[in-house]
Amino acid sequence: MDPQNVTTTVLGADEIILNMGPQHPSTHGVLRVKLKLDGEKVIGSECIIGYLHRGVEKIGENRTYPQFAPYVDRTDYVAAVSNGLGYCEAVEKLLGAEAPPRARWVRTILTELQRIASHLLWLGTHALDIGAITPVFYTFREREEILKIFEKYCGARLTTHAFRIGGLQYETYDGFEEEVKAFCRDFEKKVVEYEELLTENRIWVQRTRNVGILTPQDAIDMGATGPVLRGSGIRWDIRKAFPYAAYDQFQFDIPIGERGDTYDRYLVRMEEMRQSRRIVLQAVDSIPEGPILARVGKVIKPPPGEVYHSIEAPKGELGYYIVSDGTTQPYRLRIRPPSFINLEAFDKMVRGHLVADVVAIIGTLDIVLGEVDR
Amino acid sequence: MDEQKKEEPKPAEAPAAGAEQKPASAAPKPPAKPAGPAPEPLDNELVRRLRARFGPAVGGATLDRKQAIVVVSRERFLELCRYLKDEEKFDFLTDLTGVDWLARRPRFEVILNLYSFSRNERLRLKVPVDDACPSVTSLWGTADWLERECFDMFGIQFPGHPGLKRILLPDGWKGHPLRKDYDILKQDTDWVRENLGIESGQ
Repeated sequence: MDPQNVTTTVLGADEIILNMGPQHPSTHGVLRVKLKLDGEKVIGSECIIGYLHRGVEKIGENRTYPQFAPYVDRTDYVAAVSNGLGYCEAVEKLLGAEAPPRARWVRTILTELQRIASHLLWLGTHALDIGAITPVFYTFREREEILKIFEKYCGARLTTHAFRIGGLQYETYDGFEEEVKAFCRDFEKKVVEYEELLTENRIWVQRTRNVGILTPQDAIDMGATGPVLRGSGIRWDIRKAFPYAAYDQFQFDIPIGERGDTYDRYLVRMEEMRQSRRIVLQAVDSIPEGPILARVGKVIKPPPGEVYHSIEAPKGELGYYIVSDGTTQPYRLRIRPPSFINLEAFDKMVRGHLVADVVAIIGTLDIVLGEVDR
Repeated sequence: MDEQKKEEPKPAEAPAAGAEQKPASAAPKPPAKPAGPAPEPLDNELVRRLRARFGPAVGGATLDRKQAIVVVSRERFLELCRYLKDEEKFDFLTDLTGVDWLARRPRFEVILNLYSFSRNERLRLKVPVDDACPSVTSLWGTADWLERECFDMFGIQFPGHPGLKRILLPDGWKGHPLRKDYDILKQDTDWVRENLGIESGQ
């Protein structure tokens, strides 16, 4: 055949736009990602969010301070206890009140258990997304134990509304300390079990090493907090920087990563679970006696002014900015959502990776759409 | 309120609580308590440096609940932010949001919550604006989504933003829900009818 006469058809090599979500099991809710692809390579992305927007901040302006407390449980609904702590402490600061020591200790214990529960949920689903089916059964087993403690304490497992402005509503139940200690005793071995499944698993390492690298400079520029920031090698944790609850009383370390990739963030969260266990064990042995609720009055009416208070939630810096005009309802209530701001770094992390890695990167950010969209 | 009733009785058994409260008076009047925290003027090194450099562009500086707040005029806002980031090492933009003071002029306040890793210090900036505030996306990448959200909720423009559009609400939505004249039950019924095919989303 005469090569001159061969007509070649160029196969279409255009960029394509691929929509992922909002109904997609790996997006952890209703995140929609518009991916710009060159073959299988991601060359750009856009997150489309808001499908779960309920106007939580607007609701906050139209409820009294105690009335709004259950709503915060529904922002990051897998870490309701942490949300409640942040909100209650913010209002307390606005009032100029402080929870009594006993309440601060119990708050610390429950919040750290919540961090473990949230990380367990993250670990199970993240591994599931990447293709490791087993860990989710292991992690949900331990998460269940924590949820049982919550249920015994306040009657609810997920949207707990565990704390009150000024302290706690409920005393700890009989046998609380023993159950928490029993959980911690077992949990040490359980973390080893998870690590045996994943940490040196070749497939796991290959799917996460060097995937979704976030440099320290980018992490700061994009406002990343929590394990995402620490995975990039910045040793910063609000529990140390601005101690709240009773964190200044306990010894614990802040783990950091080296490369800022998905594997590092995995290691950071694994170590955080161990450190949380350490905090819980110290706290549960030293719960002081005394009242559990400060005198804040029947009607919560903070003097005019404003406050920003943030806590180290499992996902990152969870802040509440509240402006009071001296009435029983906040004039403005802003939630600084860690998931929302961490998700902003997604585009930087995903560029240059394959479509299959997108799932790993969404997982490693540990977002909850209830909090992203509020 | 059911919840408020629940809140007091139990802890009242505890020694410190309830000492001052009269159980008989279920009246809405709050029990007498210390006046509580109030804002006070702030005059520290940082504020003095800012005043020396930016003069009248730096408005009131207050300390509220031990938190530093500085009011900045819109004209030199971006310049001041650059100085804060480069010279004073406020390298982290924690949050950016707005407040609608319906009766005031300028009507809105844009709030920036800055943090410095090296100083372990927070600083809150307030920029009174009528409708537009210079974008700080060139300084902090975080500002991209945060300014979009602020635009979405308050309708404040951010000149200099690379792609200012709604983020939480749908693109075609009319109105800005966190404005004080936007009632909590209000919604864009036209949008709901057109896109969801129902009369009301409520």
